[in-house]
Amino acid sequence: MDLIENYKQELQLIRKPWTRVWVGAFVLLLLLLPWFAPEYIIYTSTLIFIYAVGVQGQNLLIGYTGQISFGQAGFLAIGAFTFGHLSRFGIPWPIGLLGAGLAAGLFGILVGFPSLRLKGPYLAIATLGFGIAVYQIFANSELLSGGRMGLVIQKLEPIFGLSRLNFNYYFYFLIALVFTLATYNIISSYVGRAFIAIRDNDIAAEVIGVNLTRYKLLAFAVSSFYTGIQGGLYGLLLGYLEPNMFTFMESITLFVAVIIGGLASVEGSIMGAAFVILVPQFFSEFKEMVPVVFGVTILLVLIFEPLGLYGRWFKMRLYFRNWPLR
Amino acid sequence: MANFWQYVISGLATGATYALVALGLALIYRSSRILHFAHGDITTAGTFVAFTLLGLKLHYMVAFFLALLFGAVLAMSFYFCVLIPAQRREASQLGQIILTLGLGLILQGLVAYFGGTETQSFPFPLSDFKTYQIGEVVISQLSLGTFGIGVLACLLFYLLVQKTRIGLAMRATSENLPAAQTMGIPTRQILALSWGLAALLGVLAGIFLAPALLLDPFFMLEPFLKGFAAAILGGLNSLPGAIVGGLILGVAESLAGGYVSIAFKNTFAFLIIILVLLVRPEGLLGKEFKERV
Repeated sequence: MDLIENYKQELQLIRKPWTRVWVGAFVLLLLLLPWFAPEYIIYTSTLIFIYAVGVQGQNLLIGYTGQISFGQAGFLAIGAFTFGHLSRFGIPWPIGLLGAGLAAGLFGILVGFPSLRLKGPYLAIATLGFGIAVYQIFANSELLSGGRMGLVIQKLEPIFGLSRLNFNYYFYFLIALVFTLATYNIISSYVGRAFIAIRDNDIAAEVIGVNLTRYKLLAFAVSSFYTGIQGGLYGLLLGYLEPNMFTFMESITLFVAVIIGGLASVEGSIMGAAFVILVPQFFSEFKEMVPVVFGVTILLVLIFEPLGLYGRWFKMRLYFRNWPLR
Repeated sequence: MANFWQYVISGLATGATYALVALGLALIYRSSRILHFAHGDITTAGTFVAFTLLGLKLHYMVAFFLALLFGAVLAMSFYFCVLIPAQRREASQLGQIILTLGLGLILQGLVAYFGGTETQSFPFPLSDFKTYQIGEVVISQLSLGTFGIGVLACLLFYLLVQKTRIGLAMRATSENLPAAQTMGIPTRQILALSWGLAALLGVLAGIFLAPALLLDPFFMLEPFLKGFAAAILGGLNSLPGAIVGGLILGVAESLAGGYVSIAFKNTFAFLIIILVLLVRPEGLLGKEFKERV
């Protein structure tokens, strides 16, 4: 735990010089990765970057604001298909991506309305219903889903003479970096503190002057915006979309990433994203066992380490910082 | 008009299975305030056990009985081995819900690993093709049996909860846990019993759904979610509500499928969830709703 003496320090992302070195080294490592890593690692990292965006968004909602949601797949689908249709109309990708985020964010506000009246388990069911309803609407409507062959999206053409793999890697790395910085800034601003206040005690938050309606809806909007962007990015990477990518399992995967990575932590979100991408890769021989690994990890995390992977990492760091004292 | 009654009758038969699933969910929610996300997967596991036992040439009654027992033991051991340690470590309510989600994932994976992912047909004493004609309405033997078993199970369950000492203890436990403890009710056993009973009802629904839906590791996902919708519709706190909700949902879905659009028949249930939660979160028959924000 760092001692914070004034507000300026609170706003700083990195407070210790050594942390600066570590973070710098880590970013440098990620930047240099395509030079020495084999192709499948580069591709897997690209997927992790995309996932990290959505998981951070969900962590803003579930971890920071304390509003449980199982409708992630719905927002993913809305974002992805909005992006797909926009790009079919020939709209350039930055605007398409923004549109994907905004469309998902808009539906996020709609789904957020029940959150003004419902709490905990009831909200979970409402969002779950939303996620599945969206999937089924896409699955049953050829107009929206682009028919039996799925929706084909034009992939990005590499520039600067990079190979497609490396170009994708850097492109998604940059986007993930932007969103990570944005998340850090949201958390350390008034908005983030309002979210945390709502999570800890909504009545007290309202008494202090947090507008509950506005900030709950904002939390839903921001998190769905992130998830929508993830959907758009996913479509852009794969080059085609079909409704079966957005089943209930996908919601669960994102949710698992948030829980295992660690509630209310940005680093945890990235670790969680890495976890849900890497486990299926490791267990590609036993595909059926992937849910078992997820499930067992959830049980272990919730019983023994409620703060998730990040909590474990944090405790390890604390141990070494204070070593040999305890 | 004949069409209408046909839809209603077939809706009631599916509704009976939804009611059984919803009853289990409501029972658990009422007694331990946990949304049981593994309910569908426990059901699937139980049905697979029945399927395996039938493959070993066991008699139907024996196989089904063992499957029901398996589901109940599975749910009870989850309660004792996972939920109680978690509660000792002061897991939040949300944490406990996520624990059931974890159990669901584990069971789903195990069923897929041991049972295989391809669809299999489930042998069953009642046939889906043998039909009876009552007036203008045609009903298959299977639907009739499903409806009959559903009603019978609900009746027995009602007698258990309302007329026996165990039922009294269950009601007391769900009403006020500390008070029940003070009165000398072994609340932990009672809660475990509730979990077991809920799983039993679920597996019963699963066994009767399997011949119509064909068996695969995910065949219970949709009935489970529908059961959820039914429980919400009737009020998560209310046991009669779960039955009424299940029957209403079954009929409404069947009518929507018949008159509106068959493609959106399944979407209907989830729209009902959102609507009910927005307009009347306590459901049709639910009374208390303390958690209103």
